[in-house]
Parts: sequence; C-alpha cells; structure tokens
Amino acid sequence: MNGSRLPTAEFEAEDVARGPDVDEAGSSGTDDADTLHILSEQGELGSTLTARVGGEVVDFSPYVRADDAEHLRSLYSDMYLIRRFDQESTALQRQGQLALWVPLTGQEGAQIGSGRALQPQDYAFPTYREHGVALTRGVEPADLLRLFRGVTNGGWDPREHNFHLYTLVLAAQCLHAVGYAMGLQRDQLADPSLPPAASIAYFGDGASSEGDVHESMVFAASFKAPVVFFCQNNQWAISVPSTVQTRVPLAQRAAGYGFPGIRVDGNDVVAVEAVTRWALEHARSGEGPVLIEAYTYRMSAHTTADDPTKYRLSEDERQWRARDPLLRLDTHLRSTGQADDAFFEDLDARARAMTTGLREAVLSMRVPDLEDRFASVYADPHPLVQEELAFFREYQAGFADDGQVS
Amino acid sequence: MPTMTIAKALNEGLRAVLDGDPATLLMGEDIGELGGVYRVTEGLKRDFGALRVVDTPLGESGIIGTAIGLALRGYRPVCEIQFDGFVFPGFNQITTQLAKLRTRSDGMLSAPVVIRIPYGGGIGSIEHHSESPEALFAHTAGLRIITPSNPQDAYWMIQQAVTSQDPVIVFEPKRRYWLKGEVDTSTPVSDPFSAHTLRAGTDATVVAYGPLVPVALAAANAAEADGRSIEVIDLRSISPIDFDTVTASVLRTGRLVVAHEAPTFGGIGGEIAARISERAFLSLEAPVIRVGGFHMPYPVARVEEHYLPDIDRILEALDRAFAY
Repeated sequence: MNGSRLPTAEFEAEDVARGPDVDEAGSSGTDDADTLHILSEQGELGSTLTARVGGEVVDFSPYVRADDAEHLRSLYSDMYLIRRFDQESTALQRQGQLALWVPLTGQEGAQIGSGRALQPQDYAFPTYREHGVALTRGVEPADLLRLFRGVTNGGWDPREHNFHLYTLVLAAQCLHAVGYAMGLQRDQLADPSLPPAASIAYFGDGASSEGDVHESMVFAASFKAPVVFFCQNNQWAISVPSTVQTRVPLAQRAAGYGFPGIRVDGNDVVAVEAVTRWALEHARSGEGPVLIEAYTYRMSAHTTADDPTKYRLSEDERQWRARDPLLRLDTHLRSTGQADDAFFEDLDARARAMTTGLREAVLSMRVPDLEDRFASVYADPHPLVQEELAFFREYQAGFADDGQVS
Repeated sequence: MPTMTIAKALNEGLRAVLDGDPATLLMGEDIGELGGVYRVTEGLKRDFGALRVVDTPLGESGIIGTAIGLALRGYRPVCEIQFDGFVFPGFNQITTQLAKLRTRSDGMLSAPVVIRIPYGGGIGSIEHHSESPEALFAHTAGLRIITPSNPQDAYWMIQQAVTSQDPVIVFEPKRRYWLKGEVDTSTPVSDPFSAHTLRAGTDATVVAYGPLVPVALAAANAAEADGRSIEVIDLRSISPIDFDTVTASVLRTGRLVVAHEAPTFGGIGGEIAARISERAFLSLEAPVIRVGGFHMPYPVARVEEHYLPDIDRILEALDRAFAY
C-alpha cells in the first residue's frame, strides 16, 4: 500500500507459498462485459457505464453519482472512518476488551456503496461483518461492539435504523429479508401512498452454499418480492476459497431463479452504489428481486481468531492491496483536485475523535445482570421463567447474607 | 352449539383470525387451492385470497424464515408444516432465529409466528409421517407449544396462539382430526397454556395430551370397573407446562402416570416426573411412571399398534403404580 495516510490491513502475512489445492478455474473467470467497473485501480473514471445483465446491456449512467464532488468525498469519508473503526476494534480485541472481532477491511467499497444506495424506508439484513452498512444506516459505531463485548446479542434498535441485528447462523437472514419484502409488498397494496420500499439481504460467497440462500431466492422469485440479494464475494469463507463454493460466477446463479444477476467491482464504491441504486429501483418498482455479486477481497482475517497465513498466498494479498477501495478514490479525489490535504487532515481528526470515543464507550459498557436475561425470553409472562427467576434471586440473596454474616 | 371435527374447528378458528385481523396470513405447502393435505385450510384461499392464504414453494426453512420476516414487518403469519417429520428442514429457523429473536433484541422485537404441525402416529402411514417431536421444541426457550385434543380447544387455542406475542407451535393430533365434538363459538376457553382436568378421581392421576387424551380417558373408565378412581388431566400446553394443576392433583391422588406417543427418553413425561418428584415427593405412593414410545425411530406402520401407547399400556402402568 502506498503512502502513509491509508490505514493498512491488520494482518500483514508472512510469505505463504502454499495455495489452495483446488482447481482455480472457477468463479474468477468471467467476461469483463458482465462486470460493472467505473473507477479504475488507477483512480480514473471509465467512460463505459454499461454492463450486461442476463444478456441485455444495461446503462447505469442514470445511477452514477461520479460528478458530485461532495458526494464522492462523503463516500470516501465513510470508507475511511469505518476502516479506522475496524482497526480500533481489532486493537480492542487484541487488548482483551472484545471477545472477538470480525474485520471488514477491503470490503468498504462494497458496504459503503450499497449502504449509501439505500433510502430510509428500505430495510437491510446484515451478516456479522456489515459494519460499513451499519454506519450508513446511522447505527452508532460503539453499538456494533456491544455484541462482541458480550453484553448483548443485539446492540441497537433495528426499527430505528431499518438495519436488522447481526445474524451469526449465516444465510438465515436472507429468508428474513424475503419475508420482510413480502410484507412491504402487502403494505404497498394496502396503502399505495406509502413510499415504495425494498429490503436488502447481505451474505457472502461462503453462505451462498447454504440452503437458506437457495430457498430465499426461490421464494423471492415466486412472489416477485422487492428484495436485493447483495453478495460480497470476498474470495474466502474463513479458509476455503470461493472456487469451492461455486463453479460459476455467483451472479450467474440468478438466471436459474429467473431474475437479474450482475457482478460489480466490489472495490469500486462508485460502481457499487450505482448498481445497487439500479437494483433497489428495480425491486421497489415491482419488478422483483435482483442478485448483486460484489467482487471484492477480505484483506484481513476472517475474525481475530483466524490466521490467513495458513491458507492463502501472500502474492494474492499483495495483488488485492493494489485494488484497495480507498486507495483508488483517494487517488481520484486528489488527481482531480476534488480533495486537498485539509480534507484528509480533517478526516483523520474525525477518525481520531471517533476511535477515542469508541474505547471509552467500550470500557464503560454496562454489564447486564443475568436477572435481566430472564425478562426477554418471552413477551408474555411465562411460569417456568418466573419460577426460575425467583429461585435465582433467592440463591443470589443467600450469598449476600453470607457476606453480611462473615 | 354446533358439532364439528377438530379439523373443521381449526378451519373455523383460522377463519375467525383471518376475519378479525388483516395482519394475519396463512402460509404453507398446498394450503391454498387444495386446502392442505388434511383440508384444515379448505375454502380459506377462496374467501381471503392468495395474499392471505399463501401456497408457498416447497421449503420448510423458507416458510418459517419468510414468516419471521413478515412478522418483523408487523404481520402475523400462521405456517402449516405438512407433517411432523418435515419440520426438520425448518428446525434451524425455528430454534436459532424464531425462538431467540426476542432475547437477541433485548426484548425490542417480537416474532409472533404460529407454526401448525400435524403430529403423531396411528394413521398407517410411511416414514416421517407419524412422529412426535415436541420435546425437541419444548427444550428450546423462547417457544410456546400447545396441543389441543378436542374441537372446542382446537377452535379457541388456534386463535389464542395467533394473538400471543410469542411464537407458538401448535401440535395438532392428526389421527384425531375427525374426532367430533360440540364447539361453543361464543365463549373462549381458558388460558391455552393451562391444563384441564377432564375427569376427577382419587386414586391416581393420568396426564396425557393431544392424541392420547381419548386413550387416557378410556383407560380411566376401564380402571373404574376394577374399582380404581382415576383422575385424567389434559396437559394442553407442553411449554409452559401447568405444573400447578398436575401437582395439586398428585397431592390428592398420590400416584401419577404420564402418557405420550413420543419416546420416553428425554421426553415431556420425564420432565413432569422430575418436577413432580420435587413438588410432591412426600405425597407420592409410587414413582411417577412414564408411558410412551420406545427409543427407536418411529416404527413401520404394520407394527405401530404395538409401539403406540394404548389403553392396556396405561392400565399396566397404573398396575405398577398401585403395586408399590
């Protein structure tokens, strides 16, 4: 990575000579005309704003917001802030303040681009890595850490942000997104004055092998549900490469379900935003689901418990570092004079303030009582829970008495 | 009061919820045009339309998973799983998602999804069509599980399940779908999560639920001829279990037999035996005795009559209880 401004990936791998022992001629091979690229690795905007979707050429120019400097700067800011958040969170885990952390480094373009394409009435269903999308939905970054701090399994009110809680049993959330979209569909029919809305289901190349992804696409197609399936193909399901999950580009699977699928350069935030805006409009207008495959790379480890040096090549990591989603927008903003040093300095100051606040927020997170947990098992009173709570209180009180006696 | 079968009572109950709340919808395989393989939803698609009575693709995880999404959007889905043995493709959605949503969200979110499952044997069917998997769900916190044994309960309990803020699984005793009884459609039955004492007695208590309730009643009548006065309790709710009603009965009778079709090992009967031994130990004249299926996959239809608890199995258990 060039320059010192860009935060680097946490895991600097030692050289690894051993590659995955699978046939590489799989998902990576796709005709470039089937992939939307706009902002090149050199930071230059392409002039071709079209890509083939299911055999038809789609013009994405109405969805591209590349000529709005303020907008591009804000996309960069979001990507930069979430990467700094990611690094700080990794550090907090290393210091024992978090049980685990799930880094997103490398996927900022896919997440910020798609998240910023959403409208307030849309609803997102994340996996556990969508910190960037969460940022675009207004979730307080510190709240994302509450799950990893072990003080809740949630962390925020999904209804406030139209951003669902993280799902750890992957692919389950894809069906929730389809059901939610079926609800949106019914709401729209009952009250046509409502703003058209869609849901978006995030998942990865690993989870694409789960049966729930299949069922969600079948159901979505059958009911023409307003849902966008957003697959971040980050090449790795922990240690297993995407070629083990699929023999065709994942976007092509959509054809089998009868709806459009498109691959986008996932490290090109401009293209991701454009293609997601197009897909959401398609869904909201009653045309049914769309599958987007954002072709990207998990520049860091799967989680802080992972060690990618055991299973992937340093050379691959180096190659992907050159395609860093921040780097190319940084280059573009500078070379076109749309951002100056002051902008980057200011952004760095914002990031420092955020990470300082983050550390304080984590250290001051209230640890719940086990007693609290009894209250949220059921909505209505439940005699067994009440009985066990009464026992637990009495049991705990016994220790308090002992303390007083001694 | 009209007389109807359990299937018809469920149908009328579902009709009432569809009529009463526009947020309710039914979803499942073959429930629309066909009216379900047991015709429980017959005529409802015709009357309420395809958006309220949804013929889904064939996928149980899809049915439960999309129902959770619909519930998050404010709908009240009632899912039909075609047969007990087909619930397992949806097991993940039920146990890791539906049951945990409320806790995961620290009480902010609810998914009031109802899942109807025809269960139990005695219909001479093939593999996966005769099972009683209720204990697997009872072990999962966050779910409520009820099982009506008669048309009156069926009519009201399905409606009460839909109005519950918690997810409810309704196990429907499929071999009793055609059991007839009077249904008072004007007065709701009491709390669906409570047990009902169907027959008073003084010498022993038999607890049963779902398809075995008529068997327990028949066994009690047979025991009467031998001079034994047997109390029969229809459990109705498997999670929570109304231990108060069972305990009160055992404190009077001193003997308890629990009968269900599900295998006894790790089952509801064991849970009741353990709780009653804690609550009524000094009143017990005999150990609590379980009557249930054996520790084997549900057997082939030609031998299921020897597997399923019947009147004689319950009488034999009572004999053992009285022999102490």
